[in-house]
Amino acid sequence: MTSAARAACLAVAIALAAALAGCASRTERIILLPEQDGRPTAIVVKQGAREVRLDQPYAATELTYADPWAYRASDAEVQATFKDALGAQPARAAHFTLYFAENSQELTEQSKADFESVFADLKQRKVVDIVVVGHTDAVGTDAFNDELARKRADVIRSALISRGVATTDVVAIGRGKRELLVPTPDGVAEPRNRRVEIVVR
Amino acid sequence: MRAGWVVLSFVLVTWAGAAQAADIGQIKTSKGAVSIERAGQSLRGDEGARVQGSDVVRTGNDGSVGITMTDNSLLSAGPNSVLSLDRYEFDSTTNAGRFDASLQRGTLAVVSGRLAKQSSDAMTVRTPSAILGVRGTEFVVSVR
Repeated sequence: MTSAARAACLAVAIALAAALAGCASRTERIILLPEQDGRPTAIVVKQGAREVRLDQPYAATELTYADPWAYRASDAEVQATFKDALGAQPARAAHFTLYFAENSQELTEQSKADFESVFADLKQRKVVDIVVVGHTDAVGTDAFNDELARKRADVIRSALISRGVATTDVVAIGRGKRELLVPTPDGVAEPRNRRVEIVVR
Repeated sequence: MRAGWVVLSFVLVTWAGAAQAADIGQIKTSKGAVSIERAGQSLRGDEGARVQGSDVVRTGNDGSVGITMTDNSLLSAGPNSVLSLDRYEFDSTTNAGRFDASLQRGTLAVVSGRLAKQSSDAMTVRTPSAILGVRGTEFVVSVR
């Protein structure tokens, strides 16, 4: 071996050692958590050409410079490593659906009562943003329903604002008859489609 | 008259779309040092601050942060974390779009939202050495 070749080998060996050391000093872990409602769940972890599929609660993988290895994590490990990250998790979005009388912006009696439960939820949140989405049933033209849907959303947005929600924290959107909750042919009056959805985040 | 309403509705929808495109999520919880890097500037990551596409969120030694995205995904990071919101597109009518985030350092807890529910290819989380395809809802990632 010439001295130049020897020097090249040495350089490669040093680079390789440095790369290994660099990777080895870093450890990545991925842990799948149980679904709240017990449904199936999965994460596919791809590292280069290798792939690890995590599909059981607490299925986990650790990635280092060597092959990723799979293991089963415990709730204790999750709490120890991720206490702060999990502690910072925002409250989940809450959904409310309110219903309207036909061709009207007036809530049904039941929905007037349900509207109050929105405020109970708001009290649990420090930072609030709200999306109000208006829908109609399939009676009338698109233009008519788009306008009615937006008016319904605006009525609820105004009601929220009059009860203390900041104007910048609530957006109203009208979706007309595009997203029927109960599918019907065009022209059919269906009370369950005359609704406003409120998403509180 | 009807044409007028159609044009007005279109303008309103377009305007609402533009407003949502800029703000992709909001910081709901913030403790200790939290900053948002945006276009070379460092902004305070206080509770209520809005995040945008390409933002990088950093937490200090004593920091933690929780973000709710417009598709209802929840991302929260513990101390000494660097989280990039690399790409985010969300059509709230169809639930279609794409969300790519990456954790360069630290700890991250994720509850995926409407994007991942709509399509199993819509959401990825990258670490320095891997790409996570999100087929389910809840998981945690650490990079040490």
